Amino acid sequence: MADTESKELKVKEKQELATPAEQTRSGLVFTPNVDIYETEKDIILTADMPGVKTKDLTIDLRDDTLTLSGDIEPFENPDEQDMMIEYEVGKFYRQFTLSEVIDQSKIDANLSDGVLRLVLPKIEKAKPRRIEVKAG
Amino acid sequence: MIYRRMFGFPDWGVRSPFTELEQLRRQIGRMYDEFSGTPSLRGRTGVFPPVNVTENRENYYLRAELPGISAAELDIQATGNTISLAGERKISGAEENARYHRREREAGKFSRVISLPDDIDADQVKANMTDGILTVVVPKAEKAKPRQISVK
Repeated sequence: MADTESKELKVKEKQELATPAEQTRSGLVFTPNVDIYETEKDIILTADMPGVKTKDLTIDLRDDTLTLSGDIEPFENPDEQDMMIEYEVGKFYRQFTLSEVIDQSKIDANLSDGVLRLVLPKIEKAKPRRIEVKAG
Repeated sequence: MIYRRMFGFPDWGVRSPFTELEQLRRQIGRMYDEFSGTPSLRGRTGVFPPVNVTENRENYYLRAELPGISAAELDIQATGNTISLAGERKISGAEENARYHRREREAGKFSRVISLPDDIDADQVKANMTDGILTVVVPKAEKAKPRQISVK
């Protein structure tokens, strides 16, 4: 869309998880913003998870439920004092139910600059075959 | 018509007698806006990106969450005692025949200026962009650093 190129970005509050399951460690949990779109062959999901490194990211797919979970390492020096805090820092967690059947062995995940890009290829539908009947 | 005003001298004018009440209503509305609102919204200037500013004895630290933006697309400048950040966030377009299920990430330009209270050493400002988090380390000028005074 051409008109979104030049518009100014507005602040969007980070969305906290509404009813998280109890965690073992206390802390805020946020839902990352995602874009999901579907092409003929794959479902592509991009999620904003700033501050999450590859080793702290867990992607789980079972029973048609996709779970994204990212942990943040604290990155402030202990002797710092807060002057102005406009956003909170916390873990990311989001679950999705996938409608299409996904080929799990070919999932591709890429995390760079805090953006996770997941490519989930759909299972190729069985091609229609003619079944030969042998006389005999 | 001359009409009596609540304050001041009776005046000529064709203004409606409700002008005074209008002003009063507006002032009360403004006061109400100040006190209402959730705590998280009160400190927000409404400018993207939200920035956390912290300090220790040596430096100021500015942090912003800017996922998907590479270091080359950011424009950071240090002038006087302000730091300005500007850039544009682009979202890579989808292929031709993609159907969107959800679209929550936004793209666009942003620009923000942060003023710092003390003098800063503009030549030594360092910025680091990792995993979508921008950290700007702004050293305080020598004369602004707190000096320990020993008591004899």
